[in-house]
Amino acid sequence: MVMLIGIPRETISGEKRVATVPEIVEKLVKLGFKVAVESGAGEAANFSDDAYRAVGAEIIAGASQLWAASDIVFKVAVPTSAEVNMMREGGTLISFVWPAQNPELMQQLAAKKATVLAIDCLPRQLSRAQKMDALTSQASVAGYRAVIEAANVFGRYFNGQITAAGKVPPAKVFIAGAGVAGLAAIGTAAGLGAIVRANDTRAEVADQVKSLGGEFVKVNYEEEGSGGGGYAKVMSEGFLQAQRDMYAQQAREADIIITTALIPGKPAPRLITAEMVQSMKPGSVIVDMAAERGGNCELTEPGKAVVKHGVTIVGYTDLNSRLARQSSTLYGTNLFRLAEELCKTKDGNINVNMEDDAIRGLTVVKNGEVTWPAPALKMPAPAAKPAVAAKAPAAAHGHGSAAPMSARSLALVFGLGALLFLLIGAYAPAAFLGHFTVFVLACFVGYMVVWNVTPALHTPLMSVTNAISSIIVIGALVQISPSSLFAFDRPDGWIRGLAVVAIALTAVNMFGGFAVTRRMLSMFRK
Amino acid sequence: MSSSLVSVAYIGAIILFILSLGGLSNPESSRRGNLYGMVGMLLAVLATVFGPRVTMDGLPWILGALLVGGSVGLYAARKVQMTQMPELVALMHSMVGLAACLVGFANYIDPMAALNLSSAEKAIHEIEVYLGILIGAVTFSGSLIAFGKLSGKIGGKPLLLPGRHWLNLLGLLIVIVSGYQFLHAETIHTGMIALAVMTVIALLFGIHMVMAIGGADMPVVVSMLNSYSGWAAAATGFMLNNDLLIVTGALVGSSGAILSYIMCRAMNRNFISVIAGGFGTGGGSPAKSGGDAQPEGEVIPISATETAELLDSAKSVIIVPGYGMAVAQAQHAVNELTQLLREKGVIVRFGIHPVAGRMPGHMNVLLAEAKVPYDIVMEMDEVNADFPDTDVAIVIGANDIVNPAAQEVPGSPIAGMPVLEVWKARTSIVMKRSMASGYAGVENPLFYKENNRMLFGDAKKVIEEVIKSLQH
Repeated sequence: MVMLIGIPRETISGEKRVATVPEIVEKLVKLGFKVAVESGAGEAANFSDDAYRAVGAEIIAGASQLWAASDIVFKVAVPTSAEVNMMREGGTLISFVWPAQNPELMQQLAAKKATVLAIDCLPRQLSRAQKMDALTSQASVAGYRAVIEAANVFGRYFNGQITAAGKVPPAKVFIAGAGVAGLAAIGTAAGLGAIVRANDTRAEVADQVKSLGGEFVKVNYEEEGSGGGGYAKVMSEGFLQAQRDMYAQQAREADIIITTALIPGKPAPRLITAEMVQSMKPGSVIVDMAAERGGNCELTEPGKAVVKHGVTIVGYTDLNSRLARQSSTLYGTNLFRLAEELCKTKDGNINVNMEDDAIRGLTVVKNGEVTWPAPALKMPAPAAKPAVAAKAPAAAHGHGSAAPMSARSLALVFGLGALLFLLIGAYAPAAFLGHFTVFVLACFVGYMVVWNVTPALHTPLMSVTNAISSIIVIGALVQISPSSLFAFDRPDGWIRGLAVVAIALTAVNMFGGFAVTRRMLSMFRK
Repeated sequence: MSSSLVSVAYIGAIILFILSLGGLSNPESSRRGNLYGMVGMLLAVLATVFGPRVTMDGLPWILGALLVGGSVGLYAARKVQMTQMPELVALMHSMVGLAACLVGFANYIDPMAALNLSSAEKAIHEIEVYLGILIGAVTFSGSLIAFGKLSGKIGGKPLLLPGRHWLNLLGLLIVIVSGYQFLHAETIHTGMIALAVMTVIALLFGIHMVMAIGGADMPVVVSMLNSYSGWAAAATGFMLNNDLLIVTGALVGSSGAILSYIMCRAMNRNFISVIAGGFGTGGGSPAKSGGDAQPEGEVIPISATETAELLDSAKSVIIVPGYGMAVAQAQHAVNELTQLLREKGVIVRFGIHPVAGRMPGHMNVLLAEAKVPYDIVMEMDEVNADFPDTDVAIVIGANDIVNPAAQEVPGSPIAGMPVLEVWKARTSIVMKRSMASGYAGVENPLFYKENNRMLFGDAKKVIEEVIKSLQH
């Protein structure tokens, strides 16, 4: 049996997103599902019914008909009680649910014998869950939009310019909190040319801030004695004071402040006080992305943009709906990835596999049974940082390796060398010693010269040394016809034969080697 | 030409050879370096031919041999594909080895060679002959096998005979025993038998040694054989009392030895364990020991069009080629892609791992052949620090040299091997034919990293598709 995925129109006022977009419908159909869309569902996000119809979705007029027909419902906003009433007994719902905040809804869903996957309950720490992480995708859109909102009410350019009409300084943007939304805001503001600074209590995000073109502002306070650089004993009074000082200073300097600080399960922390707002330059902007949870700024009015002390404070709570098309596309992709996980067989049927960590976490109601909260994930202990995985000495370019040999092996080498030389000195005839001297010196010269060869030319080095080693031809040359003055029983024919073959072989090498080296080297061009 | 003049000419040749190697320190001076080498060789050969030890009646033979060999060599040099360079070099090594053998034999049967020598000198001379032939024979057969492996005529898998170390030891014993008999041989005839036995053993040893070494260790083997061919020349020099041969042989020998050392270090492997053969059997734990350590995460495929979009929006790109690029003959397509991106203002660079490919510097030559400017082709250490600032890292047909397990998994067979840290780039794209693991048989966690994308398919075709969508 092929399941039907239903996409209702969002009912909450101001919600402009839709749970899937035509582009994704196509992919869902490829997975084997049928898709039905409530008439007008995508309108607010600029997706017409026709666009859905064109990719194979059925358009159903009326919410109740759609809910009744659907085996699975994809939604964005937390369903209302009226919506759950329309839901088919034993159906499946995938949506934002926030089970902790909505206990009655959970009961209602359980009574419907529903199976509910709450996209907000995704175990985000699983790396393979990231493609389904709607919180991240939505936060990132919101961060982008926050900058756009700020730019909209800000009276100046973001980027510095020198025009014929005079010099324009770049806008200074301060971003509090470098989570997903904060990072998106940093990237966007930096992309517009502003000077971006950001802070986060997690010092480890400093690199990410920098990578997006921002500057990380540290709280100028380190707790003494405590093991890990101050943050371990979260928020001591001294730290909080230092943090306030830092914010006060940023408020005086910045033209635009975007706050994204949230603490899970608690009201948003108050970072920007009324005095700080007062100290800001007239015409400055604050975008408070935590407005829904009370706001990071004391003067924020959720859902509105207000002007206080000459500073525009934007407290919109629907940043995602203000970029509905983008948000919907990303959300739709997240849900599609989830559908893929649920339907590994690609036959349009889902299997809510509770053995799968990601799906277990998402499932808050299974066939009418509340399964939330999911047991804590047994994450494999984070791979112990390799004990500074013996970094091989950086390939030194120059004479020999960077690190000198250990004294012991050095002594060994010298000892062996000395022994060898002693033996040679004791037994070898003088004529041999002369050649031996030459040999040892030549080895050293070779060693010095070859270390200077650039690695890029190692292949030509091999072919040229190969050509040079055909110097062995000399050995064959002198054998081919030695002055035959005292040749008594010399097997001339044999020797000549061997020598001629040897010459021919080395000639291949000699000519071939030099020619191919020449050919190669002529290719190395700037 | 008097013998003094010949000696002086030889000194000139030595200097020219040293200059020739010195010239390779950068691509600009390298062309002149090669010229020095040719002049040196010409000088040495002419001095010998017109010297006191060669009479005129030998000249037709010499000319004939040179003509035949030279034309074969020139033909090969002209025809060879750059991807086949390792094979050609291996084949040429085998010729040096064989020549050293032949010269050794000829010298031994020549009664004049040991004329007027004291007994100690005679012994030394015979040891020289013996060693020269030994090294020559090992070089010859080893290089032939290496040639076979590199050209795919022989399977690349290491052939591990049971008790192969004992076999080698036995061979060594036989070589020493026949050496003793050889030194105490009364007539040339009995000495010849010992010499022949040794030669056969040496040939077998060369075959056995290279057969036991797998495909990706080939850079070490090729450079090692390069070294051997040098030592063979040096031994011949001792045998003939010829300093030119000794010096040249020592130069080549140490050059090859250094290359082998660099290659081994680039794989974080011990030279002995490479020679002992079979990856992971000589040292370290066998491959796939951690078979259950399936990397966390998921392989995310990407299409050529998406790759093009990524590249189009990138500011800096680093391309990491491997043997797969050579196999797919993709270097020209890579160059085209590089040019296209550079025209769009993208900073494109190449990161070359020392053991990428089948011989030292293999990738550089391929890229140079495709006319990639050499100043954007970097060594591993030059680019490794830049990956965090790189938007896209493209890996073309490489695996082990970009494996993060070398740094992250202490128990991995390749732990500690220096690798190109492509996963630190914002996005890495791996072009690969399939999910097969690399030569070391180690799973590559890179493929499962969240910022990595897999672009499956034949490297050349895929790159051409990327180029096509970039041009739109």
